[in-house]
Amino acid sequence: MLRLEKRPNPSRFWAIASPIAAVIATMVAGGIMFWVLGKDPLEAIRTIFWDPLFHENFAAYSRPQLLVKAAPLILIAIGLAMGFRAGIWNIGAEGQYIMGAVIGGGVGLAFYPLDAWWIFPLMVVCGGLGGAMWAMIPAILKARFNTNEILVSLLLVYVAENILAAMALGPLRNPDGQGFPGSRNFGDFPAAHNDFLIPAAGVHWGVVFAILAVVVAWGVMRFHVYGFRVRLLGESPRAAKFAGVSPGRMIVLSFLISGGLAGFAGLFEVTGPGGQITESFNSGYGFTAIIVAFLGRLTPIGILLGGLLLGLTYIGGELAQLMLGLPGAAIQAFQGMLLFFLLAADVLTNYRVRVRG
Amino acid sequence: MDLSNINPALLIAALMVASVPILLAAIGEMVVEKAGVLNLGVEGMMIMGAVCGFAVALTTGSPVIGFVGAALGGAALSLVFAVLTQVFLTNQVATGLALTLFGLGLSSLVGQGYQGLKPPPTAKLDLGPLADLPFLGQAVFSHDWIVYFSLLVTVAVWAFLKFTRAGLVLRAVGENHDAAHALGYKITLIRTAAIAFGGACAGMGGAYISLVRVPQWVDGMTAGAGWIALAIVVFGSWRAGYVLLGAYLFGGVTVLQLNLQVAGLAIPVEYLSMSPYVITICVLVAISATRSSTSLAAPGSLGRIFHASR
Repeated sequence: MLRLEKRPNPSRFWAIASPIAAVIATMVAGGIMFWVLGKDPLEAIRTIFWDPLFHENFAAYSRPQLLVKAAPLILIAIGLAMGFRAGIWNIGAEGQYIMGAVIGGGVGLAFYPLDAWWIFPLMVVCGGLGGAMWAMIPAILKARFNTNEILVSLLLVYVAENILAAMALGPLRNPDGQGFPGSRNFGDFPAAHNDFLIPAAGVHWGVVFAILAVVVAWGVMRFHVYGFRVRLLGESPRAAKFAGVSPGRMIVLSFLISGGLAGFAGLFEVTGPGGQITESFNSGYGFTAIIVAFLGRLTPIGILLGGLLLGLTYIGGELAQLMLGLPGAAIQAFQGMLLFFLLAADVLTNYRVRVRG
Repeated sequence: MDLSNINPALLIAALMVASVPILLAAIGEMVVEKAGVLNLGVEGMMIMGAVCGFAVALTTGSPVIGFVGAALGGAALSLVFAVLTQVFLTNQVATGLALTLFGLGLSSLVGQGYQGLKPPPTAKLDLGPLADLPFLGQAVFSHDWIVYFSLLVTVAVWAFLKFTRAGLVLRAVGENHDAAHALGYKITLIRTAAIAFGGACAGMGGAYISLVRVPQWVDGMTAGAGWIALAIVVFGSWRAGYVLLGAYLFGGVTVLQLNLQVAGLAIPVEYLSMSPYVITICVLVAISATRSSTSLAAPGSLGRIFHASR
């Protein structure tokens, strides 16, 4: 009979090994799923994880895509993880991502066709503010009225999706678009276009911001008192109370950061790779970022690696769709499975398995 | 805008139909939370129920078997949650989210071949003379069996929690799992059973959307219904009667905004479509603002991990 015994301290070995074990377990379980779907499991796994980077024909196109897909995931996940560590659950990043794109993008479109250097920086600021503003709704409701922030932030995703649809079909619709839904294409508006800085590597401003966010978050969590408070609140709320950490302030700050980062991600996506504000430009990055945050064990460096891996599954999934006819939904189920295994593998970090005689 | 076309009897009838998915999911989740487990995967279990119910009903030609299939599909997914949270002692919030993400992906994978097909119709229940009553006949006694089934489940859950010994044990497990464990109750087993019941209810709720409300299979068709069900459990203060009230209130808002859309109110459709979510948020705020956290009546061990050290 196996039983679990609580470790006095989390295992350092398993803290690093458990995400790796989870990824391997997901590949095995995913392979079985692909096999059930009638595909060769080994070929499917290779197409998803290997071919985007090393295939002789596709890699030249798909390698730069890696950073394009990973940047928004990393940017959002960094903010979310700093909240999760404090036990503050912002799970509505998808909504904040949309609002950042709509507000930042909308501000830029208001100046069309003006060509001035300050338009894009202004849009970035407004995008961040838009996301942060949307995140303030659940944060203030939680701090002021103790309303469940999980439910409010999530329900606001559906509200944001409706606002996005109203904007794409209404005020922000391209006046020269022959009545098609969607805004002007940012590619035709140089002052507002998030163009590639290094096209061969897929680096645009969103990637720069993502890397910056990783570095700053690492520094804050390690050296700044805010990072200490986050960890204190997450690991011992009672101790945090005695140390004078105000939960209300922490909630507002945490949502401000995660909402702002999600807003940046939305703006960079819509003005760059996305191209225009359409009803469905958002592709669930706000939700996948939750997986990234856990894959990275809520640490900045881990999130950087986790974001790259999940970015890879997006590209690999598209490639597998093209090459093997694997349904697009399979990759979504695959990502969900990864989170299951990650959470399950974590039991080894906090508990020891003992055989009872 | 022409409001004279809105018939109150039809409005009530539509309200009862619109609230069935939320009511079933919410009452199931209430039992889960009463056992001290917070399962945020309601949305995922609902969408799995929707696709399983649709597939089974289409294959067998019987909507009743379809609903059974939906209950099994929802329960099967909820057991994944049960294994993770009860055996592997994972964080319930994160696991619930994972369940929703996985359920959305898996359902659209399973539902690949079913887009655009029509399920067998669910017939209205013939209630004889009751259906001929003026007003009430049209409003209350003209529905299919699932509408009455959902009410029956609500009453059964209420009676189970209030009057039976098993219900008392379930509540004890949810209020204080350490004390219940000391008394010798099998915490993990009881919670697993509650989670499976919640999954089955959510699955049937989802199937009501794909088999009756819409009726066809569309990716992600539950559109947040699971999250609203979670909100309604909080709104209902973990009491069956208030959960029913909350679900009907939500159904009323949904139907009213649909009627306003048809009546041609001069604001874009999107703003009306978002109203159920906005109103749910407002209700949540009103509930939490008017009550202090101790009188919110949440079960004492809600969301806490149980690990028997001895």
